[in-house]
Formats: sequence, structure tokens, C-alpha cells
Amino acid sequence: MSETSGIYALWYREFKVFLREKSRVVSSIINPILWLLIIGGGLGASVDIEGINYQTFIYPGVLAQTILFSSIFFGVYIVWDRKIDFLKEVLVAPISRTSIFIGKILGGATDALIQSFILLLVGVAFTTIGIIPGLNLNIITVLLSLVVLLVTTTGLVSIGLIIGSQMESPEGFQLIVSFLVFPMFFLSGALFPINNLPAWMAPFTFLNPLTYAVDALRGILLGVSQFHVAYDLGIVSLFSIGMILVGTQAFKRMKV
Amino acid sequence: MYVIETRDLTKKFKNLVAVDNLNLQVSEGEIFGLLGPNGAGKTTTLLMLTTLRNPTSGSAKVNGFDVVKQPSKVRNSIGIVFQDPSSDDILTGYENLKLHGMLYGMPAKLREDRIKEVLELVDLTDRKDDLVKKYSGGMRRRLELARGLMHHPKILFLDEPTLGLDPQSRDHIWTYIEKLAKEEKITIIITTHYMEEADKLCDRIAIIDSGKIVVLNSPSNLKKTIGGDIVTLKTKNPNIEKLKKLRFVKKVEIKNHTLTLTVTNASEHLPEILKNIGKVESVEVHSPTLDDVFIHYTGKEIREDSPEGGWAERAMHMRSNK
Repeated sequence: MSETSGIYALWYREFKVFLREKSRVVSSIINPILWLLIIGGGLGASVDIEGINYQTFIYPGVLAQTILFSSIFFGVYIVWDRKIDFLKEVLVAPISRTSIFIGKILGGATDALIQSFILLLVGVAFTTIGIIPGLNLNIITVLLSLVVLLVTTTGLVSIGLIIGSQMESPEGFQLIVSFLVFPMFFLSGALFPINNLPAWMAPFTFLNPLTYAVDALRGILLGVSQFHVAYDLGIVSLFSIGMILVGTQAFKRMKV
Repeated sequence: MYVIETRDLTKKFKNLVAVDNLNLQVSEGEIFGLLGPNGAGKTTTLLMLTTLRNPTSGSAKVNGFDVVKQPSKVRNSIGIVFQDPSSDDILTGYENLKLHGMLYGMPAKLREDRIKEVLELVDLTDRKDDLVKKYSGGMRRRLELARGLMHHPKILFLDEPTLGLDPQSRDHIWTYIEKLAKEEKITIIITTHYMEEADKLCDRIAIIDSGKIVVLNSPSNLKKTIGGDIVTLKTKNPNIEKLKKLRFVKKVEIKNHTLTLTVTNASEHLPEILKNIGKVESVEVHSPTLDDVFIHYTGKEIREDSPEGGWAERAMHMRSNK
């Protein structure tokens, strides 16, 4: 009883803070749009991939990028909680560490999903006015994409929280996380197809959970994918479950 | 039955014994003070009693529950106001309290009623919808006091409740603490390095130095142990031998050119002291304070340590604690 109310409390707080920090929301939406318009438009002027307009091709990748950055960087807030001592208030409350972890995941996943939902709406608008031709966006594909994004973000938020729970300074967190986030992004196939990779790159790409999220989204939104969407979703689910288990342990060992 | 009982409670860090075989018993309804200089082990003791740190050895029971074996039952029985503010400043005062109520699993109706009550108790009702960012230091401390109380804890821990506050806010907080001790009938544990604070608020005080209890008693009994008033004299060549022969002079201490005497009934005997001592630059007489008690038992002044009011210093202190 008090566990669920505690989880809700933590989510409530993250959500309030998210709504109050408007700059965070705005920048998280502007960035992907810049990617779409500038990288997509610039490269797209001379490149198309297997007959698909380049901007259209990277749209699923940009969606995945948005949740990657927003989810993992969400972990910095637990470092801040420790710094402003709010973490003590939470740790001394009569709820379990597992519940604290779940509440935090829900908070981070909500942030990421709101951002990707806005981006899906932007996608609809861009498709309508013809900037991104050939995107298959309707209620069903949007809902399916949100499912993929939800499963992915859970695992990614967990990674951020695991790192955050062990760090004492936000700067240290940023440093470690950039070493993780950029390779994950570049090796995910967000910007290029993964069926013809150099030999050294292939293993990294196929070990990267984000690859499967991008592939699933591309399957849903473009009808083109390397693997079956269900297979992709299965891999991403396993990744997220694994990260949740590790994260629960990390939170149990976390000190004030 | 005691609300708090520790048995040989000990916490060791790498090469430091922060809390050394501490044995404490606190009864229900008491305001109990842990008084000592910085680094004496007060906060560490508090962190162990509130389940945020595990003891190295020994045990402690809070509200009858073991802090290591039944941490969530302990947490259910206590409220804490930490030394550093621990509210979220992007939320309003009201939201911080609501969040707290939810974390403690309070039903919505009770929670809202209680928020109203505690806000009134600390006079923050008309500021409840302002972001905590906009609060002054004193207001923030009051909000956290309200928060610590909200879930009807049996025991309230206050870690340096007035640290870094201006004298006026300090008086305010003291008034609130006294008021709630009366109105809410709870046991309160205060750590402080302010003598006046301990003196004014506490029923009993444990003076702690280097992780050990030096002495434990009520403030008035502690002051009685000094056995007289304190006379401080500034003089160049005091005739100490002659002074020591006076039967009402209990203790003579000299440091630089300052002579500190413990004298029974000083106002009556002052002329005789002055007659015997020779030439004197200044005289000061006061009844014993906890400062004198502290010096009496530890041989040093509590204020010899720099006060930990500075932000940078506290930050360093926090880091070294980790």
C-alpha cells in the first residue's frame, strides 16, 4: 500500500519538475528537429538509401536518439538529488529501495515518452507538408512506436540511474555518460543501414541494444527492417529487464 | 521502556572511531540533546539511529525496533530534519509536504488535513504555494520542521536545527520546537554545538567528545557540577597562592593574562578576591553556562573548533564523511 503510494510520489515529483523546467523540454525537442532538418536535409540532398529519402530514413533513428539522450541523462537528477540532499529525505522514508528505483524509472520514462510523442506529432506535420515523404504514420503505427519506445526507455533510464547512483558529482556523470551515449548512438544504425557494415563495426552494432530499437521503429514506420519487429522487441525487452535487475541491486547498495 | 536505547553503538571509518561504544537511553516525551564540537560524532550517531548508516558494532533500538534488522519499521516511527536543507526547491512548500505524505503512505484526506495543521504550526500557510527556492533560510528550516512532523512520528530527530540561521530565525525555530514538544507530545533528539540551544530546549544533555559521552545530565544539574560562579579577571601579576588559600575559591585557572576562578557565591566574595589579588584590569562575573561545563569536562572550549557555518567548509565536511 505505502509502496505504491511511494512510487506514485516519486513519479509525481519527477513529473512536476519536468513540467517546471521548460527549457529542458524545449531543447529536447529542438535538437532532434535540427538533426532531421539539417543532417537529414543536407545529406539527403545528395544521398538516398535503397530508394528511401534520407530524411525519412533517419526519422526513426532520430526518435531513438531522443529517448537515448533524454533517458540516460535523466540519471543526472539522482546525482543532483544527492547533492541537494533530497535523496536523504527519500532514503529515510519507509519505502523499499526497489520502489524508489521503480518510481525513478517511471519518472524518466514519462519524460522520454512525452518528448518522443511530441516528435511523432512533428513527424505527422512534416509528412503532411511533404518534408518527410513516405512515413507511415497513423494511430496504429504511432501506438506501436510508443510501445517500442517505452520498452527501450525503461532499460536506458535504468542505465542512467545505475551510473547516477554511484556518482557524486554531476560533472563526473556527464563525462562517463558521454563516453557511453555517443558510441551507442553512432553504432545503432540511426544514420545508416546496418546490412552492409565494415567487419570491425558489425559486432559492436549488433551488441548495441539501441540497434534493435532503431530497427523496430524503422520496421513500423517505413516497413523496412533488418529483423522482424517482434524479434527486435524481444531483444530490447531482455535488455531492459536485465538493466532493471542490475539497477535494483545498484539502488540497494547506494549510500547517502 | 525507552524510546531509544543503544548498546555499545560504534562506528569506525578507515582510521577514525567516529562513535565509540555509545550507550544511551532516552525516555518517551523527552527533549534530549547531543552536544559537542564538530566531528564529535553527533551526526554519525544520528545517521545510525535513523538507519542511514549501519553501525560497525553494537546495536540500537528506536521505538523498540532494531535499526539494522527492522529499518523500515524504524523509519516509520521517526521524523528527521537534516542539518542541510533536503527539500526540493523546484517544488512549492505545499508540494514538498504532499510528496512527503505520499512517501509515508498517508491517506489523502489525512494528508491534506495534516498539511494544513503543520503549515499553521510553522506559520507558512500564506507562503505554501511559493517555490521553496524563494524561501529564506529560516523559512526553509521551518518547512522541513513541518515536514518532519507531518506523519506523526514518535521520535523527531533534529540535526543542528538552527545552524547558519540569524539570531532572529533561531529564536523562531526554538519557539516552534518548544511549542511542538508541548502540542505533539513527541520525543525529540537534538544535536547541536550551540550551548544556548541545548540549555534552552533540552531536558537532558549528553556532552559528546571524540565519539564518547563525557557526561550526561539535565542542564541545571550539569551547571551545578561546576559548584559556583565563574569569575574572569584580567591581570598582569596575580597572587595565585594567596587566592588558592581562600576557602570559597574552588578552582583557579590561568591562561595568558586571564584568570578564571570558580567561586561559590561570587557576588558576596568579590571584594575579598579583589583585595587579595593585587592590581586588576577588568572583572567579569557570570553564573555557570554549559560552556563552562564543557570546558570543565573536556578541558577545551567548544568554540575552539571553527564553526561549520561556512558553505565551503560544510561541503568539504560532507565529502570527507563519504
